[in-house]
Amino acid sequence: MNADALAAELCLRMGDNALILGQRVSAWCGHAPVLEEDIALANVALDLIGQTKLWLARAADLRGAGEDADALAFRRDVRAFRNCLLVERPNGDFGATLMRQYLYDAFHLPMLQALKASTDDGVASIATKAEKEAAYHLDRSRDLVVRLGDGTQESHDRMQAALDDLWPFAGELTRADETDAALAAAGLAPALDDMAKTYAAETAATFREATLTAPVDAPVRAGGKGGLHSEDLGFLLAEMQFLQRAYPDATW
Amino acid sequence: MVTERAPQTFRPDPRLVWRWLEDVPDPEVPVVSVVDLGIVRDVAWEGDALTVTVTPTYSGCPATAVIALEIENAIRDRGIDTVRTKTQVTPAWTTDWMTDAAREKLRAYGIAPPEAGASCAGMLRSGAPSSCPHCGSSRVEEVSRFGSTPCKATWRCADCLEPFDYFKSF
Repeated sequence: MNADALAAELCLRMGDNALILGQRVSAWCGHAPVLEEDIALANVALDLIGQTKLWLARAADLRGAGEDADALAFRRDVRAFRNCLLVERPNGDFGATLMRQYLYDAFHLPMLQALKASTDDGVASIATKAEKEAAYHLDRSRDLVVRLGDGTQESHDRMQAALDDLWPFAGELTRADETDAALAAAGLAPALDDMAKTYAAETAATFREATLTAPVDAPVRAGGKGGLHSEDLGFLLAEMQFLQRAYPDATW
Repeated sequence: MVTERAPQTFRPDPRLVWRWLEDVPDPEVPVVSVVDLGIVRDVAWEGDALTVTVTPTYSGCPATAVIALEIENAIRDRGIDTVRTKTQVTPAWTTDWMTDAAREKLRAYGIAPPEAGASCAGMLRSGAPSSCPHCGSSRVEEVSRFGSTPCKATWRCADCLEPFDYFKSF
């Protein structure tokens, strides 16, 4: 894989994570338990979709095949998506949505901070822009995981159930595959082994404060980064891509 | 009526164009202009086209497209047909670029302005308003970290009890 194709892969991984998580979270609009949280969820989704536009536009440039961000979002099929499995997990209840958000945010912020030093200028500038937004997301999701984990018996039980359910999917974030290793070797992205240590320390501290326990020796569910997804992503895409599939190039 | 226009011969100094843009309001917070907000980064002639470089506030801010359109319209209204807007992501926008005049306009409008220098420093990344924009009391509390637009959070005054928007330090 040449340097541009490799950098494009990185942009797809970052962009698809933001797109799929943004699409999932946006489904809460009008349904959150309280108004302030409804607004918060919509704002987080909006940030993620905005970041998606930057990442996918850069990916399209690097691929040089005449695509744009919309073409990459709406015309690729499920096997071409490079998001990790965690972000395509269904929303579940409010607690599960927040736990998924926290597990992603705790990876997203340090990843963006490291990508500011990427050898690709486009990647570095998007990371610089997105970092401040991701920092704000992490502040919120960490705070709510602690408050709900160390809250009532009901909220604690729901957060523990969410953690039990989602923890196996968190491993993929910091487990390097061949592409990740090539990205690190090229200086395009950080070595994920280093990220894994930071991630383990950050999440352990949060769960201790939240009185939650991460499953021990849980199997790591991975494959999304390489295009092998759970069935949930197909349903998500069917809904998200319907209009552009049915009416290609529609504008309004 | 059809107005015939000659090829672009009117080439005003970019400094004049900056003054025009001071009259283009932000679509979400119309009391401040796009120049006040610090999102206009450059105005320059590139060949026959007047190019305005704009940086987005938040990546997903829905006002971004409207702002570009309003800037282009404002310039076309002055008789320049070949105008385009260019988006620039780096350096990333910060509320530190907001003018002092803009901060006062926000306060008068009922929005607590961002507290300068607090952006991205420490844990409370959005900073905190120093006082209630309605009564001036410093006894204020956060209601929600988010608000009606990506750039704002919701706060409340403990003295006059009024809720208000805080333009987050970012």
